[in-house]
Amino acid sequence: MMREVLRLKSKNGTIFFNGLVKENPTFVLTLGMCPTLAVTTSAVNGLGMGLTTTAVLVLSNVIISLLRRIIPNRVRIPAFIVIVASFVTMAELLLEGFIPGLYDALGIYIPLIVVNCIILGRAESFASKNAVVPSFFDGLGMGLGFTAALTAIGIVRELLGAGEVFGFPVINNALAGLSSAIGMSEPPEYVPISIFVLAPGAFFVLAALTALQNKVKRSMQEKGRSADKIQSGCSTDCTACGESGCAHRFVDVNAPSGSVAAADKNGKEE
Amino acid sequence: MSEVVKDLLVLLVSSSLVSNVVLSQFLGLCPFLGVSKKVNTAVGMGAAVIFVITIASGVAAVIYKFVLVRLDITYLQTIVFILVIAALVQFVEMFLRKYLPALYQALGVYLPLITTNCAVLGVALTNVQKSYGIGFSIASGFFTAVGFLIAIVILAGIREKIEDNEIPESFRGMPIVLITAGLMAIAFCGFSGLL
Repeated sequence: MMREVLRLKSKNGTIFFNGLVKENPTFVLTLGMCPTLAVTTSAVNGLGMGLTTTAVLVLSNVIISLLRRIIPNRVRIPAFIVIVASFVTMAELLLEGFIPGLYDALGIYIPLIVVNCIILGRAESFASKNAVVPSFFDGLGMGLGFTAALTAIGIVRELLGAGEVFGFPVINNALAGLSSAIGMSEPPEYVPISIFVLAPGAFFVLAALTALQNKVKRSMQEKGRSADKIQSGCSTDCTACGESGCAHRFVDVNAPSGSVAAADKNGKEE
Repeated sequence: MSEVVKDLLVLLVSSSLVSNVVLSQFLGLCPFLGVSKKVNTAVGMGAAVIFVITIASGVAAVIYKFVLVRLDITYLQTIVFILVIAALVQFVEMFLRKYLPALYQALGVYLPLITTNCAVLGVALTNVQKSYGIGFSIASGFFTAVGFLIAIVILAGIREKIEDNEIPESFRGMPIVLITAGLMAIAFCGFSGLL
């Protein structure tokens, strides 16, 4: 019944926009922070990483959804990992062959797409429970949401850190235009804040982003709307990611994965 | 001999300080941000990471050299490494629970959190990329993990101190931690002069 309802076209649209906006993996769920920080030194890199991840996410969602009745529950995580890793390897080889510039820029972060929480998280929480078409749209929405977020962060960092957007010196062009308009002979030159393209800048941009997220969340709560969906990433404990992908056990053994809070408690009891 | 020692020292400085695994490569951010509220849990996490990364980079290097290169299937490295690492972590966990309960008590809860940690896979892949031998891979894994321990313990120390400060409301929680990490990253940039 559920699946028949989900098959409806409008439902697929809802699923698609859910990933793109309402549950945007970067801005709302704060998943997959490693690649978000590492590759957003420029808009092009962010876009490339986002699209590669989208391709892997869509394909792995479809295959996992097709195999969801065949994969035994106990070994589903290793099975998902193999499927995801196969697509990542394909993506890596294709990038190396056809877009070597992007391959060099992204480097080790391409194979690391395997451990991106978003992909395993969607496999576990959506594709393994839903039919192929909704899983496809879920992957597409989540992937494009991730792409949009990475590109946006890349644009901000590139603009502040190099004065460019997608390689165009927009700030210098604007300054030149402005100074000729007001009749200055020599246009002032933009001095880039190069720390924004270096590692610390990534932390600062993300800090500003999560602060904004906190502000939105607070104002939503004041208006009485539910803001449970908005998570501040790893703020509490890694086991919070347990359901969405980061901290699974490889094979389901009897015990549930431990939480650090529980460990603190044990320590105090001793 | 002295060449090897010199190389090892350079490796120590470069992989633990200059290109610190979290602060300049952004690997292992989840435990870095999530388990750094208190210094003692941070030390536990750091120790577990050292343990796992050292073993995993050794095993990955052995498998790369004797299986993947021999059979000429190095393009499968990502798949093989992630499976080996994930299985290894769980195997280590079971082994510790059975035979070294004291160590399991100290590190056990952190182990599942590291199963699919990008730092572990990242180090294994970096070792292959830089074509280190088995010994150097283990050393590089160990030093990288020491870098993680240094970073997470410093962050936990700072977080214990800023707990009592008055922070603008929107910046409470994760944002201020990220700003702290950013300032630490600036400080760690200074180490690049060492090489």
